[in-house]
Amino acid sequence: MAQADVSIKPTEVQGGHGHPDKWKWYDYFTFNVDHKVIGIQYLVTSFLFYLAGGFMAVLMRTELATPDSDFLSPDLYNAFLTNHGTIMIFLWIVPAAIGGFGNFLIPLMIGARDMAFPKLNAIAFWLNPPAGAVLAASFFLGGGAQSGWTSYPPLSEITANLPQTLWCVALVMVGTSSILGSVNFLVTIWKMRVPSMAWDQMPLFCWAMVATSILALFATPVLAAALILLTFDINFGTSFFKPDAGGNVVVYQHLFWFYSHPAVYLMILPIFGIMSEVIPVHARKPIFGYKAIAYSSLTICLVGLFVWVHHMFTSGTAPWMRIFFTISTLIVAVPTGVKIFSWVATLWGGKIRYTTAMLFAVGLLSMFVFGGLSGVTLGAAPFDIHVHDTYYVVGHFHYVLFGGSVFGIYSGIYHWFPKITGRMLNEPLGKVHFVLTFIGTILTFTPMHQLGMQGMPRRVAMYDPQFADLNQLVTVGAYILAVSVIPFYFNVIWSWRSGKEAGPNPWNALTLEWTTDSPPIIENWEVLPVLTHGPYEYGMDKVDQVGPAGEPTEATQA
Amino acid sequence: MKQIPAPFWTLVLGIAVTLISLWVGQNHNLLPVQASEQAPLVDDLFDVMVTIGTALFIVVQGAIVYSLIRFRRREGDDTDGPPIEGNLPLEAFWTAIPSIIVVGLGLYSVVVFQEMGGFSPGGHHGHGAMVAMAPQQSVIDVAPLLAQMGPGENVDADVYSKTQVYGFGASPLMQLNQPDVTVNVTGMQYAWIFRYPDTGITDGELHVPVGKDVQLNIEAQDVIHSFWVPQFRLKQDALPGEPAELRFVATREGTYPVVCAELCGAYHGGMRTQVIVHSPEDYADWVASRVASATPTTMVAQPLEDATSAEYLAAIAPDLAKSPVQIAQMDQAQMAHGAAQSP
Repeated sequence: MAQADVSIKPTEVQGGHGHPDKWKWYDYFTFNVDHKVIGIQYLVTSFLFYLAGGFMAVLMRTELATPDSDFLSPDLYNAFLTNHGTIMIFLWIVPAAIGGFGNFLIPLMIGARDMAFPKLNAIAFWLNPPAGAVLAASFFLGGGAQSGWTSYPPLSEITANLPQTLWCVALVMVGTSSILGSVNFLVTIWKMRVPSMAWDQMPLFCWAMVATSILALFATPVLAAALILLTFDINFGTSFFKPDAGGNVVVYQHLFWFYSHPAVYLMILPIFGIMSEVIPVHARKPIFGYKAIAYSSLTICLVGLFVWVHHMFTSGTAPWMRIFFTISTLIVAVPTGVKIFSWVATLWGGKIRYTTAMLFAVGLLSMFVFGGLSGVTLGAAPFDIHVHDTYYVVGHFHYVLFGGSVFGIYSGIYHWFPKITGRMLNEPLGKVHFVLTFIGTILTFTPMHQLGMQGMPRRVAMYDPQFADLNQLVTVGAYILAVSVIPFYFNVIWSWRSGKEAGPNPWNALTLEWTTDSPPIIENWEVLPVLTHGPYEYGMDKVDQVGPAGEPTEATQA
Repeated sequence: MKQIPAPFWTLVLGIAVTLISLWVGQNHNLLPVQASEQAPLVDDLFDVMVTIGTALFIVVQGAIVYSLIRFRRREGDDTDGPPIEGNLPLEAFWTAIPSIIVVGLGLYSVVVFQEMGGFSPGGHHGHGAMVAMAPQQSVIDVAPLLAQMGPGENVDADVYSKTQVYGFGASPLMQLNQPDVTVNVTGMQYAWIFRYPDTGITDGELHVPVGKDVQLNIEAQDVIHSFWVPQFRLKQDALPGEPAELRFVATREGTYPVVCAELCGAYHGGMRTQVIVHSPEDYADWVASRVASATPTTMVAQPLEDATSAEYLAAIAPDLAKSPVQIAQMDQAQMAHGAAQSP
């Protein structure tokens, strides 16, 4: 009986929507509303921007191999440091983690055929390439924005006005994209789960995306406001942030960090979600403490909205604020610690498979322990006064954003590439990639902490010669990281064309995206799956876990 | 032979981790020399955090590495691990312990912050009173020099009469005292200017006597800068239009870098000078030599508050003890700045 349904349903579905059987290559360059196409568009675009941002980093590290400013002009150096940060945050990690994995995986994980608002979704993606083009244009029309990714006035109002305006426009575009995407994720997860999936049967990646989306909805409009005011100050003679004319420079910092601290969690919460998916599959054990991990995402989301002033401890910040935000910042360590301990407990007693996805996940865990601990030291205002705006901060946030977010994106790619493309990535090449990345990360970002504590400020093109040795070590590490991407990009391109066929479920994983073909068919399933077991029930006898629908076998075979 | 019980090994490991962490906390040698009364307070806080951090680092990384080795999949084993979904007491434990640690660190931070003078910037013995009183107190000695300081000082007086001042004020023990030395610090692209209202000295380097209570009134001329002396562990942004202060007692004679820590333009990295902590006698000699050499012709008659940073800097450049490199950078900076300023 069930088999007969299966054979009739797809023709109806496809005929009804007028889809082709399969997307052609050129469909990926069009305004396509399929969430999987959009997810792949996000991922591919962001991996291209990653190369651009990385190229700038390599040039900056080359400049910093010597204490004098002798490789790039100081203006160009500042343009690179501004756009390196901007691209890596807004056009690499955010679109890859949220746009890429979020769009591709959320409907597949909850048993939906698409996102709630497919056209909105496509609009959200198509705001990104023009934003990148505007940033690129800012280099040719005046040398690029040069006042850092924070763009504090008054510097941003008197330096490179046209590129700075273009920078604001680009960021408002990606911010809008982020808001549209967040609405879509929330509604999709809220309304479009398969009926048999309760909230506590959702994969943890979905919980992470709920927290991420709430945060983006609260915070992003504030950034847009700050940037619009800044644009008006630069171009239309207003004086919101001009102290000579009654404006206040500190107000901008509050507006900026009210978004940009939560932005840190936008970049790490989805990655935490990826961790919670990858680790149980490759450790062959249920996730340890499902509820604790799910709720800690929401706690981070809530507390994360009230810590922004820790970026302003040395600025125009009243004493009570320095104390309030010290305490609130330290509190973030608790839910973050809960996640880390839970992942370690998931590893404990498992049957750990040394896949590249798992190596990057464990590498992330290891990096994040260090980055999290240095984050606690930065949260304490008396110590932060000393190291604020130094290389200590640069080291810290690269540990959590590179050692954290980027490792997580790599891990996710190695894990879901078979699902996305239908082909396996080459594992030996992946391991070469992991070893190079791991060594490069430690060499590049660990010495930075010492540099900062000893007295080297960040964002400098020239520095005291006493810091030359450590800086050369950092530059060597950066070159290793630059080389590390070569096996990865080669692997992806080669495997996409001629990798080993993956089949629907190469890792033997339990979440719903593995119940359909690889790559999934248009509209994801011929018959929507019925939940027969929880997402992490490894090591349990699944026959006993038949879901409410009572027909596990046929439904999950599709 | 009897097997050694597991709690024994746990105890040994616990003691080892504790000893290693305590040792690392005291011997990391990551921070530069301490040259202010605040520095040891900050360093003690950091040492405590390093000690706790080292212990957590060893325990968590140790658990990861142990798991990777002990719980790796063996050849041919395609079964799953044990279906353990959680352990409430364990989860409560690792939520409670970090909570206690961060609350403790938070309270300790508040104590350190208070001892550093963090709660009293712009207090009632701070700027407003000082600047208003200074001309009357010292009118006999330095009236001509103060007059030469001209409009710039009046601007400062207006700014510092505002109620909100940011930064670090007097430590709790010193709150009833006036500072021994007051210096008005102005940050501009790409130099620091130090003016001593009591003596009329203007310099490009900061000179302070060891063991004396020094107050810096910090301002910015053009964009945001940040005054940082790593050996003092003190930093405060210089904000256009927002007065700030740092009050400290230098505890160690020597020459230390003054670094700009906030991106302020193309030559931000070159915005470096130094602070010289003198013995009281040397400081008196320095003041005497600078007051004697100050002649009216070196000061500028025109009102300076309208000048751009570059013009301002050019006008007072002869007074500043600058290295040739920095002068060259200033020249480049003037060109760059002039280009940026022209509408």
